[in-house]
Amino acid sequence: MTVISTTIGQSVSRIDGFAKVTGQARYAAEPHPSGMLYGVIVNSPIARGRIETIREEAARAVPGVVEIMTHLNRPHTALFEKSYVDGLGVPGSPYRPLHDGEIRFNGQPVAVVFAETFEAAREAAMLMEVDYERWPHNADFEVALHQKYMPEKPRSNYVPPKSRGKAAEAYALSPIKVEGHYHLAPEHHNPMEMHATTVIVEDDGKFTVWDKTQGPQAVQAYLTSALSLSKDQVRVRNPYVGGAFGSGLRAQHNVFLAALAAKMLKRSVRVSLTRQQMFTHVFRPEAIMDIALGATPDGTLQSMIVEGVTDTSRFEHNMENLVVWGLINYKCPNATADYKVVPRDTYTSSDMRAPGAATGVNLFEMAIDEMAYACSMDPLTFRLHNYSDIDAMHDMPLTSKALREAMLQGAERFGWQNRPMTPGKMRDGKELIGWGMATGIWDAMFSPTSARARLTADGRLHIATAASDIGTGTYTILAQTASEAFNIPLDQIDIELGDSTLPQCPTEGGSWTAASAGAAVWLACQSLREKLFKTLGKNSNISAWLTEGLRHNTVVLQDGFLKNTDGDEAFEMSLRDALSLTGQTELEVEETAKPGLRGTISQMRKARFTHSAVFCEVRVDEELGIVRVTRLVNAVAAGRIMNPKTAASQVRGAMVMATGMALHEESLMDERVGRFMNHNFSEYHIPAHADIPDMDVLFVNEEDTEVSPLGIKGVGEIGMCGTAAAIANAIFHATGRRHYNLPIVPGD
Amino acid sequence: MTDLSVARPCRLEINGKSYVADLPPCVTLLDLLRERLDLTGTKKGCDHGQCGACTVLVDGKRVKSCLIFAVSIPDAKVITIEGLGSEGHLHPMQQAFIDRDAFQCGYCTPGQIMSAIALLEEGHTQSREEIREFMSGNLCRCGAYNGIIDAIEQVIAQQQKNRTGEAA
Repeated sequence: MTVISTTIGQSVSRIDGFAKVTGQARYAAEPHPSGMLYGVIVNSPIARGRIETIREEAARAVPGVVEIMTHLNRPHTALFEKSYVDGLGVPGSPYRPLHDGEIRFNGQPVAVVFAETFEAAREAAMLMEVDYERWPHNADFEVALHQKYMPEKPRSNYVPPKSRGKAAEAYALSPIKVEGHYHLAPEHHNPMEMHATTVIVEDDGKFTVWDKTQGPQAVQAYLTSALSLSKDQVRVRNPYVGGAFGSGLRAQHNVFLAALAAKMLKRSVRVSLTRQQMFTHVFRPEAIMDIALGATPDGTLQSMIVEGVTDTSRFEHNMENLVVWGLINYKCPNATADYKVVPRDTYTSSDMRAPGAATGVNLFEMAIDEMAYACSMDPLTFRLHNYSDIDAMHDMPLTSKALREAMLQGAERFGWQNRPMTPGKMRDGKELIGWGMATGIWDAMFSPTSARARLTADGRLHIATAASDIGTGTYTILAQTASEAFNIPLDQIDIELGDSTLPQCPTEGGSWTAASAGAAVWLACQSLREKLFKTLGKNSNISAWLTEGLRHNTVVLQDGFLKNTDGDEAFEMSLRDALSLTGQTELEVEETAKPGLRGTISQMRKARFTHSAVFCEVRVDEELGIVRVTRLVNAVAAGRIMNPKTAASQVRGAMVMATGMALHEESLMDERVGRFMNHNFSEYHIPAHADIPDMDVLFVNEEDTEVSPLGIKGVGEIGMCGTAAAIANAIFHATGRRHYNLPIVPGD
Repeated sequence: MTDLSVARPCRLEINGKSYVADLPPCVTLLDLLRERLDLTGTKKGCDHGQCGACTVLVDGKRVKSCLIFAVSIPDAKVITIEGLGSEGHLHPMQQAFIDRDAFQCGYCTPGQIMSAIALLEEGHTQSREEIREFMSGNLCRCGAYNGIIDAIEQVIAQQQKNRTGEAA
């Protein structure tokens, strides 16, 4: 079929925009079922121990309090621990909320107070008195380092580092060496919407669960398994998600507790976390990386040695792909890497935007900058000189890698050629000016996904899949995909997402949704067109032009009409009329996009990544040490860009978060109590308007017919990777001083 | 034991409609809007006045509704995101947010829009830097900051054009 419409690739405004700018979009804590109770969680103030006594009298005396749920009175939940394993596949013993009286981390829920009003529940929660037997704990990362280990059974997505050559010997023989001990502070996702769940107990006793999640089907599976509910008992919805960045990958305790309470009380309930409580669950792990690089004086890398550690809880083994990125992305004959985790008595760390790469790529790119300087080579020239056209760690070809073009186009846009090599040469009054750059890399993934396409009597096209739009623009790009595949105007399309009852779609994350759900929608629309034509062809009462056209394959869909492309006379028919001719009220198909045989072979033989080159200007106040980022350019090679407007927003958004990583964000642990203490927005600083300059995002042309069915690579994470390093490298260029800890704060 | 259940009179005008009720004094304006009036367009992002998601207009000024007790502002005129524009006629700031992709997840968006509308009244819009400074009470974790500034500038440009048109 000739593609006439060109909706894909256009800067279409978000189709969910109206709902969002008018306040009509409903998030997890916003449905109001009648008779709903408000639940407020009471958290453990100790990191390890056992609940001795719970005194509820004062709390129960608060007017409006209906019930207090603790491990002593909670209803039955699944017997076996494995029933609590969620879709993320973190090995270990999953945390089971209110399972027993044992405390495993500070902030662990020990009770949930339910009341007729939020105010009563909150007041009563503050009046709860719980006595604990305290056990020794360790929440000190430095102390935990002595217990580093490799989990026996790694996470399913773990990529083991693969050594090549003789890294240690080559390093010893390298004339130029740099070594760095790098550190990243733990970070919290802090989506603007706090995690919340509203469970609506329907008239038939079934639960409709509005949850803040990235995977409604994963939460549905988790709830039915952990709460021993039948499969059709629970429907999970998340049509709008107020950001997540990974915090909604796992079913969080609020959804478990809300559903448990609904089971217990047989009433609709809502459990919302406070901002403070958002610091009692997942976070980006603290990390240490030791990076040693060896090179010859002409700037040729000879050896790379990377050792990395991230933290996890005492009960689960969260792992990241931390140490592999440099080994994949750089040509270097000798390389080795090692990765371990360390246990702390905290909740389990988890995936946050570009998990592993946000830490590993940025810290490695800071080391590369130092090596370029050790070789007296421009950092861009150094990277081009050590460029790898293959996945150098697995010695595998790539489906595509337009990183070279990204580096060159980004450099030109930024004006890199005017950069003095020597640090500290540019200043404006008391501000030192520095220019730095770095490259980024992230996986380009594709997962089998299903979608439904339905043509209805009013001539509209309805698309449905259980994907989640967490601000990623999924509604919009799927509408564009359908518009192009079915050749129908955007305003005749409805997109339904965020519902566990819709066709199967993996949990949103890892930048795979556009490629995966996009392919499914494309396939479903193609299939629906065939079904429409076939059904029409069976009808003997249709016009001659249509009969002839269908027989000779000259009928096409165009702008929401059937048209005949053959013959002199122009014939056309609306979709509404066409459907009525089929004698049916609607036509529907469901299709699943899979990699297929060719795709599967390609996945085994070729590696697939998104790349970027980031350029940054900072100004550093010479007296106060305050850093301002004043310019950022990011050139991204991410295959096919479905919508430059929303894609650029995705990249810019990650660059904002990476600016936080470089300069602001740091969850501070009080080791004595095992709690992150700066649990609010005035002490945990996320970038504000005034911190962020105008950012320039450009997409490098990269046609890739292999990476996924539509040539999409995804853009959700790539902006995280490289941006923090470009900022750090720019600071070096301004001041001549290297920093090895992120965030870089004045006084370091 | 507690006074919190002793209701006090609350009189407000919310989006042009009169609201009169007896409320416990600890009910914030934000929780009144969200939980008792089903006006969930105003968002809770921190409940501590640190994020700006709950920004509404009270007597024309932008305020954080999580920091105000509903009973403490008798006869105040409150405007929330639901009170902007009308069916089929978006407020220019709402349209500009769509045009400039000034949001992603949409959760901070009502607060950003209310804050931006008040900002224009305040007049702190001489440069992008000044707009950034005076919008910094509204956090956006998706990082749509560039688009938000673009949207505000779009509305300023429209207003200037309209004024020039009127003058002519």
